[in-house]
Amino acid sequence: MSNVSVDANKASPEAQPENNNRRKFLTVATSVIGGVGAVAAAVPFVASWNPSAKAKAAGADVEVDISGIAPGQLIRVMWRSKPVWVVRRTPELLASLSNHEDQLRDPNSDVEQQPAFAKNQYRSLKEEYLVLVGICTHLGCSPQHLNEGAFAQYAEGVSEGFFCPCHGSKFDMAGRVFQNVPAPSNLVVPPYQFLDDTTLLIGSEA
Amino acid sequence: MNGFMNWIEQRIPLTRVANMHAIQYPAPINMNFWYVFGFLSTIVLVNQILTGVWLTMNFVPSAEGAFASVEYIMREIDYGWLIRYMHSTGASAFFIVVYLHMFRGMIYGSYQKPRELLWVFGMLIYLALMAEAFMGYVLPWGQMSYWGAQVIVSLFGAIPVIGPDLVVWIQGDYVISGATLNRFFALHVIALPLVIVILVFLHIIALHEVGSNNPDGVAIKHKKGSLSEDDKTKFEIHEYYTSKYDIADDVVPFFPHIVLKDLVAFTVFLAGFCYVLFFAPEMGGKFLEHPNFEIANPLKTPEHIFPVWYFTPFYAILKAVPDKLFGVLAMFGAIAALFALPWIDRGNVRSWRYRSGLHKYNILVFAVVFIFLGYLGGTPQENWKIVASQIATVMYFGFFGLLFIYSKNEKTKPVPARIPK
Repeated sequence: MSNVSVDANKASPEAQPENNNRRKFLTVATSVIGGVGAVAAAVPFVASWNPSAKAKAAGADVEVDISGIAPGQLIRVMWRSKPVWVVRRTPELLASLSNHEDQLRDPNSDVEQQPAFAKNQYRSLKEEYLVLVGICTHLGCSPQHLNEGAFAQYAEGVSEGFFCPCHGSKFDMAGRVFQNVPAPSNLVVPPYQFLDDTTLLIGSEA
Repeated sequence: MNGFMNWIEQRIPLTRVANMHAIQYPAPINMNFWYVFGFLSTIVLVNQILTGVWLTMNFVPSAEGAFASVEYIMREIDYGWLIRYMHSTGASAFFIVVYLHMFRGMIYGSYQKPRELLWVFGMLIYLALMAEAFMGYVLPWGQMSYWGAQVIVSLFGAIPVIGPDLVVWIQGDYVISGATLNRFFALHVIALPLVIVILVFLHIIALHEVGSNNPDGVAIKHKKGSLSEDDKTKFEIHEYYTSKYDIADDVVPFFPHIVLKDLVAFTVFLAGFCYVLFFAPEMGGKFLEHPNFEIANPLKTPEHIFPVWYFTPFYAILKAVPDKLFGVLAMFGAIAALFALPWIDRGNVRSWRYRSGLHKYNILVFAVVFIFLGYLGGTPQENWKIVASQIATVMYFGFFGLLFIYSKNEKTKPVPARIPK
């Protein structure tokens, strides 16, 4: 077409741009920049759904004084609005943990339900202290602590453990789940560390 | 893809409506920058709805919790400050673009026959917007929220006989209280946005029925069979329009021509909007007034109390009249006069380009008076301002009175049959 440039000023559909590549480039460049802008504009809206500064403060690490826990005693502390159990296990209890491993689903803690430091038979940093999130891995109830033989009615030959009243899941005193219960995996071990001999910090690893 | 689109089209008229109302809508070729404000107000409406939904996620609608929850949004939610400022700056931006949009309608006579209902729907949007903005301003429960609500609600007390009972009914209490806050919240986040969205829909449907006006006020639709083939547009215009009229070679399809023009305007708007958003979200106390950073205190009125800037012209009219009932009547009358504009203007030439010098002068004086009233209503009371606001009020209504008188036998220039090239 020879009269292209003449027609370009007139609003008529036959008018073709002199250089269509330039138009294509501008269209693509504008669309890309506009798209980047739209994504950037979405960032605040998405990010504002994250926990607020207040929620983060409420979910901060919790310090626990463990000097007053008697051997065999369980205390409950709250971390991120969840119950966390701290149990001071007796040497006899620790020794008994290997006796019933044939009844457990995951005795070696192969499923990632604990920080790396707790992937051992005792599922703990120090053998004596068991730290667990007290929420059943089935549907979220908090299991009961049964001791002094009360647990034996649920697991033959095991005198102490955790029993979930909701659907009957059972865990031993390392938080390991028994076979033939609805809970699929061991109880969760939260990240924690010992600040000194008598102070436990729940929420972060050393 | 084509099969899929057909499947959709047989069940819902997706492409037909898109073509009819956007892609193949005939837009006059001479639309200038005054024609971007409708698009911009739609953008701001989307911004308000989106940021409003997000604010609702953390706002606590109670006299005890509202102020603290706004602080919480500003300080503890990720980007909460940004979303709130987008909403508060958006409120002012909404009125800026709407005022410019209305002024465009006035100078080009876009309210004249056959666009009377289009104008009335627009005015209804403006009215709903004012109610929406007022109630939104009450929600943070600061000093200005409280005392602003006190003043505005008291206006209804000026109504003879039922006034005092009406005020108590609106407040849901003997004073502005948590009950008032809660009902304003419900109206602000659900009822009025719904009303506004429905009105915007009707505004656009009415616009597309009568067609867009243009700076020359010249019709682009001509009687069927009155234009030669050469005079008809060569663009693909939807048959909804071409089947009823001959569309002159004075139009472009809305997409891409008008959309791209609007997008350019959008980038300019966005630059200004973001400047305010990031560098002056309070706009020196004009967009967010300083006393509102203090929690509502029913025992202490702030030293100076004004509404936000977009209400100040009407507030000045209210203050100008030394009588409670007549002040309120004058204020509402100022808005009612705008509603009646299509019937006050008895002329049949639309654009001020072809109207008398008196008309141009009248409109410009009206604009200046409106801004001056805004200044008077938004600054502390002084003696000279009382007289000034009385004169300005008379001039405000004088615009309509004069228009009504001279428009009947106005000396106008000949209007071209087609848009001048």
